[in-house]
Amino acid sequence: MTVDLSVDLCGVRLKTPVLAASGCFGFGREMAGWVDLAALGGIVTKSVSLEPRRGRPTPRTAETPSGMLNAIGLQNPGVEAFCAGDLRFLAEAGATVVASLVGRSPDEFGRLAARLDGEPGVALVEVNLSCPNVEHRGEVFATDPAAAAEVVRVVKRATSVPVLAKLTADVTDIVAVARAVVEAGADGLTLINTLLGMAVDTRTRRPRLAAVTGGLSGPAIRPVAVRCVWQVAQALPGVPIVGTGGVVTGDDAAELLLVGAAAVAVGTGNFINPRAVVEVAESLERYLAAAGAAAPADLPALFKAER
Amino acid sequence: MTPVRERCEVLERRRTGAYQALTLVAPRIAEHARPGQFVHLLAGEDRSFPLRRPFSVHKVERPGTGMGTVEVVFDVVGAGTRALARLRPHDVVDALGPLGRPFDPPEGPAGCLLVGGGYGTAPLFFLATELRARRCRVDFVIGAATAGRLLDAMEAKRLGHSLTVTTDDGSAGRRGLVTDPLAGLLASTGAERVYACGPMPMLAAVSRLAAAAGVPCQVAVEEQMACGTGICFSCVLPVGDGGGAGPGATRMARSCLEGPVFDGAAIAWAELGHPDLEGAVR
Ligand SMILES: Cc1cc2nc3c(=O)[nH]c(=O)nc-3n(C[C@H](O)[C@H](O)[C@H](O)COP(=O)(O)OP(=O)(O)OC[C@H]3O[C@@H](n4cnc5c(N)ncnc54)[C@H](O)[C@@H]3O)c2cc1C
Ligand SMILES: Cc1cc2nc3c(=O)[nH]c(=O)nc-3n(C[C@H](O)[C@H](O)[C@H](O)COP(=O)(O)O)c2cc1C
Ligand code: FES
Repeated sequence: MTVDLSVDLCGVRLKTPVLAASGCFGFGREMAGWVDLAALGGIVTKSVSLEPRRGRPTPRTAETPSGMLNAIGLQNPGVEAFCAGDLRFLAEAGATVVASLVGRSPDEFGRLAARLDGEPGVALVEVNLSCPNVEHRGEVFATDPAAAAEVVRVVKRATSVPVLAKLTADVTDIVAVARAVVEAGADGLTLINTLLGMAVDTRTRRPRLAAVTGGLSGPAIRPVAVRCVWQVAQALPGVPIVGTGGVVTGDDAAELLLVGAAAVAVGTGNFINPRAVVEVAESLERYLAAAGAAAPADLPALFKAER
Repeated sequence: MTPVRERCEVLERRRTGAYQALTLVAPRIAEHARPGQFVHLLAGEDRSFPLRRPFSVHKVERPGTGMGTVEVVFDVVGAGTRALARLRPHDVVDALGPLGRPFDPPEGPAGCLLVGGGYGTAPLFFLATELRARRCRVDFVIGAATAGRLLDAMEAKRLGHSLTVTTDDGSAGRRGLVTDPLAGLLASTGAERVYACGPMPMLAAVSRLAAAAGVPCQVAVEEQMACGTGICFSCVLPVGDGGGAGPGATRMARSCLEGPVFDGAAIAWAELGHPDLEGAVR
């Protein structure tokens, strides 16, 4: 069977269903020597804010069982430098860019979206409603359906490209938040961000991150991501979902696609294998062929919900 | 030269003092590695999803003159280095490299003072070999907590014009810190360049002493790294444009990409490890 890996994500054609997750691919430039940026499904940029941010103190990362904690704290050069440098580079490299936005208020999100509207190269925007490792936990809009919906409404008004809302699984009912942002106009969802975690060095008896708590990512969180994609896909059929969390192999990607994701994003996997996004797509292609699927979108129909 | 990923066969692993020396067959990395650069090693094949571990290139045998090998020297401190210390010949290690910015050698023959603390001495041997090939005079100062933790003093003696040794406990060489004899050596050797690698407080002191003597100084730093390729922003340190840049004038530079070798005068030493300050540029 010949496989066509390309997928439709909110009306945008991606060459493969495998994207690089926000914050796990820098601004793309650093990876140009490792992969052909134009061949990837897409690159979700590190989240950008209106003003530059220095991020949190070091150590910012700690290895944990089958994963890692991070408290980078959204270090980024600010939207102006992003547009002048990183975005221009990505556009010239022919990458499909998903610009990730982060703000402290709905107004900030709106101004970011407006600033990026019409910038060449931006195929979609992703609103990061859910970063757990910033100083002000108030920035985690995705824990409150009404606040998350308000951000999406403002962003939708300010941009002409499709909008993905990135949610956290650190809530009692992710379906309620998903429904609220979709009703507010989100074209798609990215599930999930890192989970809030903490690790202690028992030798020094101190937290292992300078910021004390941080976001857990990697294979350790994949079951949570699979569960969230499954629940939301069931409740909101037809809403495109980018499944994110612990994807390291083609099989991991297939797991998320089977339960209803339209695409996947590889995060922490890039840190171990700089060619992870490419290799996941290649191995997913082999999986599809073996499963008798002509395209990624065929996978949900092959999923057997009964055990 | 863009770095590569290489699956490397272990040629040899042996003890050297308190450390382990690991030689990998890595022709593509060996061909291009420069002193100060590092390799990012993965031992244990994903089973528990370990992150890679960074190690300075200690020695290189270029392909052509040999099979193309890279040697690292490491201290066993945790799970990752314990796994590396169990490797045996013919085992395979997944390596990324050569990564990072190397030491910048002087244009012509110049007097160079090389200052190493503990296993931080590792990249200085590779550097000394390159400096010697450029007809530079090389003087070594190496220090450690105790005699057993000095890295290969014999080799330093062979490569250097002079060797000064310090230990914190006086079990070898002069008792005290590696920085204690520095001011004197800067004057007596007439060094025109200082190159240093070791713990952060040592690098801060070396940078200060070199600046006071008006000698350019490059240091190889060791920040905790996850990716080693510039995409995760975990390895940052505050860098200014020199000259007592205050908060706000510094930016957080990724030491895996812009470093690990920095101009000692560019690092905002006073800000290291300080809480985050909002609003400064990247
Ligand atoms: C550019 C560079 C060059 C280095 N060169 C050498 C060398 O030549 N010889 C040597 O012995 N060591 C070197 N180190 C330090 C070495 O990388 C750590 O000792 C090693 O990663 C510890 O791993 P572990 O699993 O044994 O320890 P653990 O403490 O279990 O490691 C857990 C995590 O913390 C990170 N980590 C722990 N300590 C350090 C550290 N000091 N620096 C950076 N990351 C750390 C590990 O990479 C890992 O992700 C270097 C570090 C850097 C950044
Ligand atoms: C170091 C690091 C930085 C991250 N930065 C961002 C970010 O800036 N914006 C964002 O939306 N998500 C960020 N994330 C979350 C990832 O995009 C992803 O949602 C999460 O890590 C789960 O996927 P993974 O298990 O494949 O890493 C970051 C994750 C890591 C590990
Ligand atoms: S270690 Fe990831 S950016 Fe330097």
